[in-house]
Amino acid sequence: MLEVNGLNARYGRAHILNGVALSVGENEVVALLGRNGAGKSTTMKSVMGLVRQTEGSIRYEGQEIRGKASHTICRAGIGYVPEERRIFGELTVEENLEVGRREARPGAPEWTLDHLFKLFPNLEERRRNLGKQLSGGEQQMLTIARTLMGNPKLVLLDEPSEGIAPVIVEQMAKVIEELKAEGLSVLLSEQNLHFARLVSDRAYIIEKGEMRWNGTFAELDAQPAVSQSYLAV
Amino acid sequence: MGFYLAQLLTGLANASSLFLIASGLSIIFGVTRIVNFAHGSFYMVGAYMSYTLVTLWSGSILGYWGGVILAAAAVGLIGLVIEMTILRRIYRAPELFQLVATFGVVLIFQDLTQAVWGAEDLLGPRAPGLDSAVRIFGEPIPEYDLALIAIGPAVLLAIWLVFHRTRWGVLVRAATQDREMVGALGVNQAWLFSAAFVLGAFLAGLGGALQIPREAVSLQMDLSIIGEAFVVVVIGGMGSVTGAFVAAVLISVLNAFAILIFPQVSIVLPFVVMAVVLIVRPYGLFGKPGSEHGAPVEPEQPLTLMGQKGLMVMIAAVFVLALSPLAVADFTTILLVDVMVATLFAVSLHFMMGVGGMVSFGHAAYFGVGAYAAAMGVKYFGLGMVPSMALAPFCAAAAALFFGWFCVRLSGVYLAMLTLAAAQILWGVTFQWQDFTGGDDGILGVWPAQWASSDRVYFYIAFVLCIGGIWLLRRAAHSPFGYTLRGVRDSRTRAEAIGVDTRFHQWMGFTLAGTLAGLAGVVFAFSKGSVFPDTLGIALSIDGLIMVLLGGIHALAGPIYGAVAFVMIEDWVTRLDYWRFIFGAIILVVVLLAPDGIAGGVHRLVRMIRGGKA
Ligand SMILES: Nc1ncnc2c1ncn2[C@@H]1O[C@H](COP(=O)(O)OP(=O)(O)O)[C@@H](O)[C@H]1O
Ligand SMILES: [Mg+2]
Repeated sequence: MLEVNGLNARYGRAHILNGVALSVGENEVVALLGRNGAGKSTTMKSVMGLVRQTEGSIRYEGQEIRGKASHTICRAGIGYVPEERRIFGELTVEENLEVGRREARPGAPEWTLDHLFKLFPNLEERRRNLGKQLSGGEQQMLTIARTLMGNPKLVLLDEPSEGIAPVIVEQMAKVIEELKAEGLSVLLSEQNLHFARLVSDRAYIIEKGEMRWNGTFAELDAQPAVSQSYLAV
Repeated sequence: MGFYLAQLLTGLANASSLFLIASGLSIIFGVTRIVNFAHGSFYMVGAYMSYTLVTLWSGSILGYWGGVILAAAAVGLIGLVIEMTILRRIYRAPELFQLVATFGVVLIFQDLTQAVWGAEDLLGPRAPGLDSAVRIFGEPIPEYDLALIAIGPAVLLAIWLVFHRTRWGVLVRAATQDREMVGALGVNQAWLFSAAFVLGAFLAGLGGALQIPREAVSLQMDLSIIGEAFVVVVIGGMGSVTGAFVAAVLISVLNAFAILIFPQVSIVLPFVVMAVVLIVRPYGLFGKPGSEHGAPVEPEQPLTLMGQKGLMVMIAAVFVLALSPLAVADFTTILLVDVMVATLFAVSLHFMMGVGGMVSFGHAAYFGVGAYAAAMGVKYFGLGMVPSMALAPFCAAAAALFFGWFCVRLSGVYLAMLTLAAAQILWGVTFQWQDFTGGDDGILGVWPAQWASSDRVYFYIAFVLCIGGIWLLRRAAHSPFGYTLRGVRDSRTRAEAIGVDTRFHQWMGFTLAGTLAGLAGVVFAFSKGSVFPDTLGIALSIDGLIMVLLGGIHALAGPIYGAVAFVMIEDWVTRLDYWRFIFGAIILVVVLLAPDGIAGGVHRLVRMIRGGKA
């Protein structure tokens, strides 16, 4: 579904990603693990067309999408949930969802407001509140719901468990399971190994902009040195 | 009682016109981040078009208002063409670069309008059915003013409904906050930007069309309104339409009463109010910090310093310049002094913008203070040329120190607007304070000392001061101070995290830039023999801005290219008919060919010639 190869990314003169390669299969949940500053967010932004200077290949459903405008990439079926959430604070919850709304897409699950409110009950109560009035956890729910309104096939989830209460993290895990059950593919970036293990099928480990390791969690457990050197703080 | 009510109603009617223009400007800025200098041109063209149409159809009420709407729609269409053919190509250029293009559009429209409608002021018909006055508490109030007072809020309501009840409006509001995210959610920004531009242009055209019964249509309409429109947008908070309405009412009503007490105040009042509002509320009355940094700023390109080779070329050019008075005619020597003055001015502005990250829309203030201080030194205080030259830059420094203290508390476009307010206040005071500054008549007879009076000798004085000033700024940019300043520009938070006093550094950078602009003003004053209020004026500030942006803000050599090109081209085209059109067209061509400025264009050209990849 998504094939990234030899991806380089730069901000100005800073060379951030160096030959990153990864793939996400149909209906698979893949974790991208790494410490703070490893390059997880930059990888996701590059896929989404939000980094200007990139080289290499990013193929989605067989098509090269590197260098395309981000709205084109979104319309092709990739949904992006940014780490900073980037809720429209001056818009109501409903309006935030409206911004994300797109036509249904053949081969992807179709999300309606009702369905989303079932998945995120808090949002329904707060549908007329402004984005900036929501709590951190609610904002995290809203940013996911907003992306789902675009009926994507592949979702890029950037550190969804960051900075939210443990109860919400549990809810988040359920949401990801639900996405998988609906048939979506997910690329999930995480520092929280525990959470990633709960929801993902396999994992990549990135450090200093380079891929260091990939495999299943069982394989990761068999090599404690790997997580020791790339993930432990 | 009746008199004050009449005054209030006049103020409110003015507020409606101002609101229409300002709301469009605010919408365009909110969505596209373009500081649209051409907005005044839209207003003017709307007035002219509507003049033609309503003169034709003024027989019937339907014809009259149909003409008004049609004129506004035509301006909207013009906006669409400009957005699609010019602005769309340069959205990815460095911040504020688009402003250069809109300035080119202003010039083009000045000549186009004159070619079509002539230079004479035109007086249009009154609106049928609204052509008399009603008496309220004994005072005659024009019916048309009452209609305008109703139209303003009606338009506000209409915009509100569009923004809150349509998907397009929701997208516009979202884009005002974070347009990159809107794009990542699948919305094609190009389309959104065009639509915002059309709506903004339509509203400006409508504002102009509605002025017909109130004032004569003239070629000065564009620049006379744009300053005030910006003020209203900034006071209201950029991107906020409601804010624009409140600010328009505030400014117009204050003005209507202030002129009763102190008639001279009206040219500076809006800027004083803006300065006060910005000092108290750094994002305007209804603005949000988020609406300024809507999209996370693209990582700024680092400043390109001059390489070894570039430096050699520059040194060679300076040598040629030093020898040139021996070879060229006197009028060319004088032109070269103009070039040097402009270059020092542009380099000082670039030090503020490119190195310090502070955009200034009012840099001429310090140029003008330097020029006036030098003129007063010789004329009023009997100092000789040399002591005046030595002291005047310190006066500019003092002014920059004072205004800079306020300005560095803000950032981005708001900072730029506060510099504009400072400059306009200084300009207004200079213009009005006849006894001290000579007012409009300026100060004449500011000639160099006897020994320096030949063109050639003065050339070398100017040479030493200007090249010295440029060298000083270059040294400053390379010094630890300049390095820190660039760090603050690139990431304020990071600089603060490592313990840099960012405000203090910016304040000092502001002051240094102001001082050197003052030095340029000094050289200018003695070369022209006189100073006038326009040495502090907005036109000169904009010229400086164009030089810096057109030259290429990301290169230390950019302002040098920009200033030289600007002065040379201006010197050449102003001898031609329709020079504004030609100048504007040249600016547009440069903008489209080199969205990274002349410096970037030259860079690419050099690489292409060397056969590297372009
Ligand atoms: N806009 C930017 N400009 C310059 N450097 C950046 C920018 N964004 C991220 N970086 C740098 O890129 C590196 C990778 O960052 P990021 O992809 O956000 O890491 P992660 O998401 O794994 O924490 C970091 O060193 C960070 O400082
Ligand atoms: Mg990250």
